[in-house]
Amino acid sequence: MKIVVAIKQVPARDSQLRIASPARWIEDADLTYEINEPDAYALEEGLQLKEKHGGEVIALCAGPARAAQTIREALAKGADRAIHIEEEDLGAFDPLAAARLLAAPLQAESPDLILTGLQSDDLGYGQTGVILAELLGLPHATIIMEVEKQESGIRVKRELEDGWFQHVEMPLPALLTIQSGISKLRYATLMGIKKAKTKEIRRVTAADLGVTPGPSSIAIDRIYLPERTKRTQLFDGSPKEAAAKLVEKLKFEARVI
Amino acid sequence: MSILAVLEQREGAWNKMSFETLAAAQQFARELNTTASAAVCGSGIGALATELSSRQLDQVYAVEHDLLQAYTPDALALSLRQLIDHAKPSIVLFPHTYQVRDFLPKLATSLGRVAVSDAVAHRVENGSLILVRQLFQGKVNADVRFSGDAPHFASLQAGAYRADQVMAGSAPVETFSPQLSAAGVRTKPQALFRESQRAVDLGAAEIIVSVGRGIKESDNIPLVQKLADVLGAELAASRPICDAGWLPMERQVGSSGQTVAPKMYLAIGISGAIQHLVGMKGSRTIVAINKDPNAPIFEVADYGIVGDLFQLVPELIEAFQKSK
Repeated sequence: MKIVVAIKQVPARDSQLRIASPARWIEDADLTYEINEPDAYALEEGLQLKEKHGGEVIALCAGPARAAQTIREALAKGADRAIHIEEEDLGAFDPLAAARLLAAPLQAESPDLILTGLQSDDLGYGQTGVILAELLGLPHATIIMEVEKQESGIRVKRELEDGWFQHVEMPLPALLTIQSGISKLRYATLMGIKKAKTKEIRRVTAADLGVTPGPSSIAIDRIYLPERTKRTQLFDGSPKEAAAKLVEKLKFEARVI
Repeated sequence: MSILAVLEQREGAWNKMSFETLAAAQQFARELNTTASAAVCGSGIGALATELSSRQLDQVYAVEHDLLQAYTPDALALSLRQLIDHAKPSIVLFPHTYQVRDFLPKLATSLGRVAVSDAVAHRVENGSLILVRQLFQGKVNADVRFSGDAPHFASLQAGAYRADQVMAGSAPVETFSPQLSAAGVRTKPQALFRESQRAVDLGAAEIIVSVGRGIKESDNIPLVQKLADVLGAELAASRPICDAGWLPMERQVGSSGQTVAPKMYLAIGISGAIQHLVGMKGSRTIVAINKDPNAPIFEVADYGIVGDLFQLVPELIEAFQKSK
């Protein structure tokens, strides 16, 4: 099975975020970056499918030069090669334009299966995978917890709300968005890290692919830190003092203990 | 200009978020000085459409087809595309359900649009609509507006609008029959199922101690277990903890786990991504312990301490023991 996994590099989860000026994006100069967590699970699923059924896993990533680090980590974990769509200003691309970027090399690769995380931890639109499927004319399923290869096509387990699930069968080629927790993530081995250095990373630009952001049907006016709507009573002092004050409030004000 | 709310049903039963979307559509219509309509799609949905006809709406569309019996993205997206072509709404609203997440980007893409997904609020400025959505797991908000030609699409987060504010009235029902072919439906959905019966019913707990990423490793779980024991509480967790296998999935609180509303909910090292908040924000008293003062969990917390949970939890255990 030829599998492409679309991955994204995002600011690390515990980043302290500050709003840039003008307020269209965050201050990103001093942030550390990591693979978008749901995409890490998509990569893991791709690697496991390859181990079971043979074939090839290709990591596909659109992002600035720094995304090369995330791509190398994917190669170290076991992806066979990578395509880096190098674009410094991804912010200019809305989810449809970003999916067009990803679609261009996919048309040439024509994989059997495309995997990606169900959403990104930064923008969180949760749309890129499904848009990509529509652009490529492929069937899709989202929020997937299990992928089973069948004689023809695949059978997947979709997660629904409130603990419900559903199996869906579909032909290949297809696109799936993977839910976090589908399986345990592997670590890169020393051997993997060494091998990754010899693996191919093909670099292309948006211009090479002939994709421009174009006019968008949505526009971000500004971003800002949310205003507190609820007043939280915060307790300070040493851990001991803070804990004592909290417990007193819970006992005599909230009366919940 | 007009607003169309696309509601969700499964086997003849409403998804309860549908009426939140309906209330939003009525509110948007009022503020934008236009009309709201609603659509329900499926097979044999006459009774649901009749139910909608007693709401204040311009039109109710019953989108009926055998191929809409079980949900597939192919059949639903194509049906709605045809309905939009027929009804010509300017803004189409959806509840942000798992099903909508599955087909809305496909529908919007087929019309060259991008949907504003998971909006949490709106306002009208100079006659134009601004939607608020969250970035970075709720740490940052963005004001988003539609640009270019209609139709425009948005999905609304669970709980962002109140279902009990839907206004009564009367509306004509129009049955709309989309042109679909079985060959155009590429996926084969099977029956819905639940995993084995849940052994843990968090819904019955009076006090819940819930733990998140801040606990760092599975070896630290006994610390919060001890806190739960002291309080006679159930131990629960946010999704990443269950994903990592540190606690069983049945102890997960949030949109993909259980929804709880205990007397007291103690969130320990949980930043409060929206998927978690929807599962616990109805709790009577919410306490948050987190090292990040900007963590979204403080949006819903009544009481909180900003600090290191590894220092605070032992002190809390001691203080709770003393207060007994």
